[in-house]
Amino acid sequence: MKVSPVTTQRIAVGFMWMLTGITLAVLVFILAFILVHGLPHVTWTFLTQSPSSMGREGGIFPMILGTFLVAGLAVLLAAPIGVATAVYLSEYTREGRLTLVIRFGADCLSGVPSIIFGLFGFVFFAITLGMGLSVLSGSLTLALMVLPTIIRTSEEAIRAVPTSYREVSLGLGGTRWQTVFYVVLRSALPGISTGIVLSLGRSISETAAVMLTAGSALRLPRSLFDSSRTLALHFYLLSREGISMPNAYATASVLIIAILALNLLAYSLMRRFAVKATR
Amino acid sequence: MQPSTTTISVHSFTASFDGLPAIKSLDLDILPHERLAIIGPARSGKTTFLRSLNRLNDLSPGFTRTGKILRDGKDIYDVDVDVADLRRKLGMVYATPVPLPWSIYDNLAYGLRLAGIRDRAKIDERMQAALGYAFLWDEVKDRLHEQANVLSGGQQQRLCIARVLMLQPEVLLLDEPCSGLDPISTAKIEDALVALKESHSIVLVTNNTKQAARASDRTAFFLLGELIEVGPTAQLFTRPTQKQTNDYLMGQFG
Repeated sequence: MKVSPVTTQRIAVGFMWMLTGITLAVLVFILAFILVHGLPHVTWTFLTQSPSSMGREGGIFPMILGTFLVAGLAVLLAAPIGVATAVYLSEYTREGRLTLVIRFGADCLSGVPSIIFGLFGFVFFAITLGMGLSVLSGSLTLALMVLPTIIRTSEEAIRAVPTSYREVSLGLGGTRWQTVFYVVLRSALPGISTGIVLSLGRSISETAAVMLTAGSALRLPRSLFDSSRTLALHFYLLSREGISMPNAYATASVLIIAILALNLLAYSLMRRFAVKATR
Repeated sequence: MQPSTTTISVHSFTASFDGLPAIKSLDLDILPHERLAIIGPARSGKTTFLRSLNRLNDLSPGFTRTGKILRDGKDIYDVDVDVADLRRKLGMVYATPVPLPWSIYDNLAYGLRLAGIRDRAKIDERMQAALGYAFLWDEVKDRLHEQANVLSGGQQQRLCIARVLMLQPEVLLLDEPCSGLDPISTAKIEDALVALKESHSIVLVTNNTKQAARASDRTAFFLLGELIEVGPTAQLFTRPTQKQTNDYLMGQFG
């Protein structure tokens, strides 16, 4: 039986629509399931109170703060180092054995499971360096974990800046550093910030590495050396230990909304930059 | 010509990439207030020559050189030369216009800002002069804060010329500045060169021999990295002394 090209085309398009639909449906179903179960329990008191009796009662304010501190500090530590490494790799060295080793190392590190980072952080930061289970141990560990992502995404963004931009800047009497700072980094900013936002999302949603390094204390962290529980870990413990499913779903809802808001914010920022750059 | 009146003096200069010479033992003077055209077929070392003058070749891996390029009697490759300052004095315009992805104003102000000049009055004053020289003032004076890449190709190239003029260079290095432009834009740029030679030396690399004939005072013919002949443009085009020059101009090769 011969099928006309038009029919083939229709079938192909229909098939692709179907697959896209399935992907979307799964996503929407998961989100809806969690939000339906969780949102009714998200109240003002839930957001602003400390938990009591292991999280069965009360709210999640310490976890919100803990997540903010651990993930925020992790990205704050990793971003400058990662971007600087990327600048060094792409602007200040010629391709050679050293760049190969750095790049290979970064690629290997990004494939290591987070629990391994957690174990390392526990042994090195918490015990050897005596930081204990603390916000600082957790964020240092997460910083190491997201560093490869930041390096590689920044490097790609920097490499995408046309060589001619650099030549113009140098030709106008710019030093190498001025050229990197005013032209290369400025043009690569949308790509670099994508990598940073991805890393922030990964840090916020990480559980295994955080459990081993930041611990799971329920009280409000008062310094960087206090143990603190993040939202993702709180959700995991509430459901794993069967403490309170409604509160687990409510925590998950808060987490999802936070990440969604973060991505939307980053997306709109990037669009504003992109529009500025191409208009 | 007296040596003291030359702007740039090139002495037995050889430039190589990975050991392969792109320019061989070149001797050439660039005089004040002249438009020097450099013609020649592809791979004759024209662009390498320009990029050696403002030391952009330093960035290319495998670049080596011997010989001297004297500016005010001092070799520009001496270790104590301020390369950034040299590049400000020898302004380069590339074959394809490259506006940085910013506003027209920011593109023009960038060179001065790099030099640490942030005084707006001074920037604005120079901007009007530079845009005037490049015959662009009337076209952009009311839209200085629009993005530079909304300009047409010809306007972008004149913007690039104005951007270099902001730094008040002694020499303008133009690398096939009209290769991608229409005849009207080309004519505007050639008109600009006439006005500019009052205050600058101009080195114009071009693949278009007619442009060299129209828009230069002297012409140098390069072939495979060697200077074959240099002389007043009218003379070189009508009575070339070398056979290769004649063959090239007659369209025998290249």
